[in-house]
Amino acid sequence: MRRALVLLAALSVAAPAGAESDAEALVRKAFAGATEDEWRTRLAQDETQALCSKYRNAPPPDIAAQILERERATLKLPDDGRLLGDWREGEKLAGIGTGGHIGRIQPDPPDRRKGGNCYACHKLASKEVAAGTIGPSLTGYGRLRGNSPEVVRYTYEKIQNAQAFFPCSHMPRFGYHGWLGPKEIADVAAFLLDPESPVNK
Amino acid sequence: MKHLVHVAALAAGLLGGAAVAVGDEDHAAGEIRKYREMLEDGNPAELMEMKGEELWRTARGPKSATLEACDLGRGPGVVDGAYAQLPRYFADTGRVQDIESRLVTCMQTLQGFSFEDATRGWYKPGSEVEALVTFVATHSKGQPIAAPVEHPEEARMLAAGGDLFFRRSGPLDFSCATCHSLEGRRIRLQDLPSFQVAKDAQASMITWPAYRVSQSAVWTMERRLIDCIRQMRWPEPAFTSDAVIAIQSYLQHQARGGVLQSPGIKR
Ligand code: HEC
Ligand code: HEC
Repeated sequence: MRRALVLLAALSVAAPAGAESDAEALVRKAFAGATEDEWRTRLAQDETQALCSKYRNAPPPDIAAQILERERATLKLPDDGRLLGDWREGEKLAGIGTGGHIGRIQPDPPDRRKGGNCYACHKLASKEVAAGTIGPSLTGYGRLRGNSPEVVRYTYEKIQNAQAFFPCSHMPRFGYHGWLGPKEIADVAAFLLDPESPVNK
Repeated sequence: MKHLVHVAALAAGLLGGAAVAVGDEDHAAGEIRKYREMLEDGNPAELMEMKGEELWRTARGPKSATLEACDLGRGPGVVDGAYAQLPRYFADTGRVQDIESRLVTCMQTLQGFSFEDATRGWYKPGSEVEALVTFVATHSKGQPIAAPVEHPEEARMLAAGGDLFFRRSGPLDFSCATCHSLEGRRIRLQDLPSFQVAKDAQASMITWPAYRVSQSAVWTMERRLIDCIRQMRWPEPAFTSDAVIAIQSYLQHQARGGVLQSPGIKR
């Protein structure tokens, strides 16, 4: 089943059903200078991205269910079973907004550390006022929800793939894309849940 | 003139730190107000406007011609109000064009420049494109945004622009809509216009091109959009490509009726 879905996604990228839309034709021309790898990782859409684009992030119920099922199937707990890491490292990752910029105008060095940039969209530690509002405030997250195995697992998986819980969420699928690794996700989860973390102070 | 340069330097110093500081929000707002007041009697973009006007009127290029016969959509040589009605369809090129694209067309056809020569370093502060766009846009100050949707190509580009606005891809799943489809949101401390809301779209689009204090340069709309696309972690689209123009058709449409204040001034 899972393989079938992945295959379907790959096929739909390589050979879209029917004629290419105007928008896709424009994309192909505007990015004619992009490398094959950039096409694969940055411009081609997977099935979920294509559906969220098509329905402008408001998928009808059947499509939403389809997305949920596909994204849930990508969830994977870390091999060492550690869902909570070092909140201090997580705090750093929550503030890092650089990494992965390409192009000739202002690229990042290829080895520049990528962060979750959670602060771009969320309020976290109450003392940090430079916090965005695209997502809900997460201040007091662990204090309010506790540390039950269900909460810990949800938090880890939510950061891994936000759309496994909320189809077409604006939040990036950090683990799905490999933007954050398993250890980094555990560090960020600890930043949200650890009683000592400034998020809960 | 000297006064303007001085004010710009001062403002850059003031604001550069304040806007990104992890600290007191009210303080940052206060600093922004201060530099707005300082700039009341002059926007450094005026320097660019002057440079642009000179470029417009100077015979240059292999054909040693000025741009004064350039048709920006309202007839050859008509600059007044032209920016307010772009992007639009041009029969001679068979394309919907924005201001950058159209200026480059005129540099090619009238002055004989190659595309490469006309666009070299377009994104660098003080580029010819930046100066020319500032000059032309200033002559639409007070005009309502009214990019036409009459020719079938204009309608097609508008529709494609809407699709592109919502097109998600890349390692962070971003589209323009991630940051610009919800009302009253911020990234960190930066307010984000929602282009789904007419008054927001207008408040943004009427201020372009804009002198960016943090960059000490005027940014044209293409410069702005290509930087947002960089933030999306996409590769860099080609300058004056149809995709970038289509997005502007959409943004201008969302902002139609807004009265231009170009050139604006920004963080
Ligand atoms: C581009 C914006 C964006 C970024 C960046 C982002 N988020 Fe989110 N996040 C959202 C939005 C929007 C929601 C609400 C919709 C949803 O639940 O998916 C959300 C929801 C959440 C939730 C669920 C809250 C709940 O009530 O259950 C958690 C937990 C979360 N984010 C954590 C994070 C962490 C940790 C990071 C950084 C590693 C992060 N987010 C980065 C936009 C973002
Ligand atoms: C990851 C977030 C993000 C994405 C995605 C994004 N932008 Fe932006 N956009 C910003 C930020 C941040 C600013 C600058 C706000 C500031 O400087 O105060 C901005 C500014 C703008 C402005 C100027 C607003 C003004 O008047 O000051 C426009 C227009 C704009 N974006 C359009 C777009 C379009 C079109 C896309 C998609 C091609 C896009 N953005 C994608 C974050 C984003």
